[in-house]
Amino acid sequence: MSARAVQTGIHFINGDHACCEGALAAGCRFFAGYPITPATEIAERMSLRLPELGGTYIQMEDEMASMAAVLGASWGGVKAMTGTSGPGFSLMMENIGLGICTETPCVICNVQRAGPSTGLPTLVGQGDMMQARWGSHGHYEIIALAPSSPQEMFDFTVRAFALSEEYRLPVLVMADEVIGHMNERVVIPSEEQIPPAPRRRPQVPPGDYLPYRADADGVAPMASCGEGYRVHVTGLTHDERGYPAMDAEAQQRMVHRLVEKIRGNRDRIIRTENIYLDDARVVVVAYGITARSAKQAVREARARGIRVGLVKLETVWPFPETLIQDVASRANALIVPEINGGQIVLEVQRCAGWACSIRPLSHYGGAIIPPGDILACIETAVKERS
Amino acid sequence: MTTKKAAAAPRPPPHPMETLLRTERLPHIWCSGCGIGIVFGSILAAIQKTGYDPDTLAVVAGIGCTGRMAGYIHLDSFHTTHGRAIPFATGLKLAQPEAHVLVVSGDGDLLAIGGNHFIHAARRNMDLTVVCVNNLNFGMTGGQLAPSTPFGAKTTTSPRGCPEEPFNFCDLAATCGAVYVARWTALHIRKLTNSIATAMQKRGFSFVEVLTPCPTYFGRRNKTGNALETLRFYHNRSVIRNDIDPKEATVDFGGQIVVGNFIDRERPTFLDNYQAACRSQLAAWPERGRAGAVTKHQEEQ
Repeated sequence: MSARAVQTGIHFINGDHACCEGALAAGCRFFAGYPITPATEIAERMSLRLPELGGTYIQMEDEMASMAAVLGASWGGVKAMTGTSGPGFSLMMENIGLGICTETPCVICNVQRAGPSTGLPTLVGQGDMMQARWGSHGHYEIIALAPSSPQEMFDFTVRAFALSEEYRLPVLVMADEVIGHMNERVVIPSEEQIPPAPRRRPQVPPGDYLPYRADADGVAPMASCGEGYRVHVTGLTHDERGYPAMDAEAQQRMVHRLVEKIRGNRDRIIRTENIYLDDARVVVVAYGITARSAKQAVREARARGIRVGLVKLETVWPFPETLIQDVASRANALIVPEINGGQIVLEVQRCAGWACSIRPLSHYGGAIIPPGDILACIETAVKERS
Repeated sequence: MTTKKAAAAPRPPPHPMETLLRTERLPHIWCSGCGIGIVFGSILAAIQKTGYDPDTLAVVAGIGCTGRMAGYIHLDSFHTTHGRAIPFATGLKLAQPEAHVLVVSGDGDLLAIGGNHFIHAARRNMDLTVVCVNNLNFGMTGGQLAPSTPFGAKTTTSPRGCPEEPFNFCDLAATCGAVYVARWTALHIRKLTNSIATAMQKRGFSFVEVLTPCPTYFGRRNKTGNALETLRFYHNRSVIRNDIDPKEATVDFGGQIVVGNFIDRERPTFLDNYQAACRSQLAAWPERGRAGAVTKHQEEQ
């Protein structure tokens, strides 16, 4: 493979490698990580590819260090990421919180395996979706994308970098073992077609710069280290100057902005793929690898004349509340298959209220949910209704 | 003093360190008699001594009393999570190889929760300067046992005496590969300043430990007296032994406290080795300033 950042062309690669190529195409030039199944292939590929592009790969002593190094590199003005799985994701929570509080752009890819604890290291799970939401302490908003193919691993990682720079926060790519290890066709577009992910620079001289004074959309321009702005960055609650401010008013102001910069822009962040929703009486809501099984099941059900649709969540966080409310108001039942004991179904239930029946389809992990199980669930929902 | 008189009073001459201080954040939070201010002053003096452009300097700190230094220094400064100053600084240094990155950390922050990062950064010979303020306990949380607490010393979590042996920080740093290792007390201001300046000019992982009084917590519980008395104790007990094996540089509160410049040697840094490995393998190894080499997307803005 030649030393080009954007490997334009048609490839047959696995999801972990597609994630790397997406990152490199988006301008990522720093990776700090720690080997962990099933995300190790991300670290391996980055260790090979980054030096070709003048970037740096470093294998840290653990995932706490990896996440800290990623934040440090981002403040050094370099696009940075790490890749991990559940146990490492748990260790990263500490510094993901620091990234949220200090508004540090970066990307974390979690190739989920089945948990809790060491669980099934080589087998699929989707049990970290709620951890992605609020795994670090304190209240915050996060952006999490859920790819369901190696192609989406590429596309969503590119988008993750753009979102992380635009909204200044760590963005999570919540993949899973099957996507990570699955080899599929991945089309990498030309360099010109990769959406740019610029960092919003201060437009004022250092003396006038307030590092946490936000623009109208709630996001503050970011001066990197070494540019003469002499920023102070702290995980303590801080004011617009970035200085610690230890009172309830400062806390209210800071957290309100951290939350509102995401909530206020959710229409621009949230993306879903909606199939057959117009006349659907039953709607499947799915994400990641499970969305592929769901798509297959929905097609088969349609072939049998069942009016069923699919909402595939491309962004899981922030959650598409309005869409789910709308879908629930028009459908008889929503089915939520996921490889955990029922996590995103709780969000669906919250948004749907009592508008229709909600059916979780849970699998604790180790295998994907086959299309047949979802199809059976669709048929049951239709029968019970009629 | 009335307001009128205050307004009429001539402005005092600027403090010689003023350009390196976030004066609007003063007064600081440190207790009366605390040694951190002395070390902070030494760091500022050392920075001036190196003559480095302040915009090429960055300070990274973790959590604790010493970690608050980052909030008072007028440089790019990062107050990170507990124990993670070194890995954060590692990422920053690799992103900006031309920057001089200084890590300031307390004994608990650096070698309890951050111990693993410390030994690995020394092993890699990451080009960082680490200054450790060792006040023998966790001060910020009210004086708990730390990996530096002397055997038998009382803290709030060792009320009957510390049942653990402490680390010899300098020996640990040297064993793990640090290229520069020194220890002083808060009394050895000039030597400390020189050591920090030398450490900052040294390529690779350099480490300076400073024993400081914590009269509010450690001093009060162990009846070591006020700050002056602690400094007098350091004065009477400390022995300068430069260039010795740090194994022999013991901190024995019943006997001698050995201080000095122990290690000064050369080893390729992480980046030296990384670039050498890449150059030998890649025909067209790109010349790198910043690791990011900032892509066209960033240029566009």
